[in-house]
Amino acid sequence: MLRGPSALRLRVLLGGGLLLLLVWPWISALFGGDYLVSVMTRVLIFAIAAISLDLIVGYGALVSFGHAAFLGLGAYVAAISAFHASEGLPLAFGFSGSESLLVNLPLAMAVAALVACVTGLICLRTQGIHFIMITLAFAQMLYYLFVSLDAYGGEDGLVLPARNSLPLLDTADDRQFYFLCLGLLLLYLYLAHRLVNSRFGRVLRGSRANETRMRALGYNTYGYRLAAYVIAATGAPLAGVLLASKTEFVDPGLFSWQLSGELLVMVILGGMGSLYGAVIGAAAFLLLEQWLAAWTEHWMFFLGPFLVLVVVRARHGLWGVLTGNGQ
Amino acid sequence: MSGEILLQARGITKRYRGLLANNNIDLDLRRGEIHALIGPNGAGKSTLIAQLSGELEPSAGQVLFRGREVTALPVHRRARLGISRSFQMTSVFEEMTVMDNLALAVQAHHGHSFRFWRAAHRCQALNREAETLARRFGLEERLHQPASALAHGEQRQLEVALALAGDPPVLLLDEPMAGIGPGGTHELTRLLGGLRERHAVLLVEHDMQAVFALADRITVLVYGEVIASGSVEAIRANPEVRRAYLGDDSLQEAAC
Repeated sequence: MLRGPSALRLRVLLGGGLLLLLVWPWISALFGGDYLVSVMTRVLIFAIAAISLDLIVGYGALVSFGHAAFLGLGAYVAAISAFHASEGLPLAFGFSGSESLLVNLPLAMAVAALVACVTGLICLRTQGIHFIMITLAFAQMLYYLFVSLDAYGGEDGLVLPARNSLPLLDTADDRQFYFLCLGLLLLYLYLAHRLVNSRFGRVLRGSRANETRMRALGYNTYGYRLAAYVIAATGAPLAGVLLASKTEFVDPGLFSWQLSGELLVMVILGGMGSLYGAVIGAAAFLLLEQWLAAWTEHWMFFLGPFLVLVVVRARHGLWGVLTGNGQ
Repeated sequence: MSGEILLQARGITKRYRGLLANNNIDLDLRRGEIHALIGPNGAGKSTLIAQLSGELEPSAGQVLFRGREVTALPVHRRARLGISRSFQMTSVFEEMTVMDNLALAVQAHHGHSFRFWRAAHRCQALNREAETLARRFGLEERLHQPASALAHGEQRQLEVALALAGDPPVLLLDEPMAGIGPGGTHELTRLLGGLRERHAVLLVEHDMQAVFALADRITVLVYGEVIASGSVEAIRANPEVRRAYLGDDSLQEAAC
């Protein structure tokens, strides 16, 4: 049985959180404008990326230090595709680009899955610190690849002609875009929830706890880990595509190890292996960053001790504190 | 010697640099028998088990399962074929409940686990088999407790129960009694005795009382070599075994 929080407390937390997010645009209107909508949109987008990272870090004990690369890939696929569509330049294989999310989103996920398949085959031969280093190395390779792509702005990045579009929805409208991101976050959270509770998720947790035993029971842990790695890598581009649309700009910084590190901090801060923790962690990190940065330019000086405090005092992160499951 | 030979080791040799951990070992396991493997610490018993189960690759020699060579197969493939093992150091999933431990072990024998959608803990087929195993090992009262909360003896029982999931023809049990008090040994001896009917069991054990009570055949390993192999009576009477391994005390104790 679940040793987790009481069902009532969990319901109140989840219901309250959902309600807050649903009425957020009107709350922010009370406090003077769309700025807060934009901030929370960013939180929703990074929450998706953090959840996808939690799938492998929290459930598979695969600490990837290159997860931002998949976010960057997603963002660049959306940007490059839109760039070609608006310039009328054919892209490849008779495809001339698109400004529609319905095209760019699946395309971005497919590209990320392909890259994850190839890199994962190599990365997953290693474990622990070696896995951290090799994922970092692959992400850095992609970083320098995109820095050198002068056709797409190189180091300066690439401006999108407009946000990627969707039928029936005006993505240029901040409020509608907010609800699009919220909808996709909820959908992704649901899918991830199904995944971790499935047979596959159970195998993943078993491999995290005791790989030797899992192999002795008959599980090819390498295959399951590779699948988990690829699945996680298809979640991050979802965030990447949305982020590119939100800011209407991409640059190689999206591949940077700093961003990979921030995603890890979100997962650890919120509490690994709970999915909801990744959402809380993304919110806490980005909102604190926002708030402290407005107050002092040395915001990292204050954020650092807070992170240390949470990691030392709350074994299951902020989500553990909220649910009363911390220690 | 009636049963069909299920697992066979031929000339298994394992070298670690200068050290010869296993030297040219021949051994077979038949259906319907418990074959005990005994020997002093460092004799190479666990090394041999690791090569039979596939965790270690032998430097030379072959492992055959039902007459088919499996020497090159990795451990998970051999487990799926039906060569299962338990560990000397308790190796259960501590944070999971007893139910989840057993269901995870059962699940390995229910096709692949690339199933992403339906909730695993609601799968009745897995849960029923897990409950049956738990009952067999007297763990049914503990189903919903995390494995870390079990007493040491119960953890050892769970350890063996995990190896039994999927009803594997061959069982390699590495010191199942390790660290259990006398009361628990009794219970586990009874349980292990019942395994003879359906499985071929290789039993590594230091508890001589349990070995003499359970074994149909005994093989004695000293410094990586088989010095004797035969029936319980023959081993007890063997002067070389007495000298090399069995103190007179333990023999007399077991004879009581």
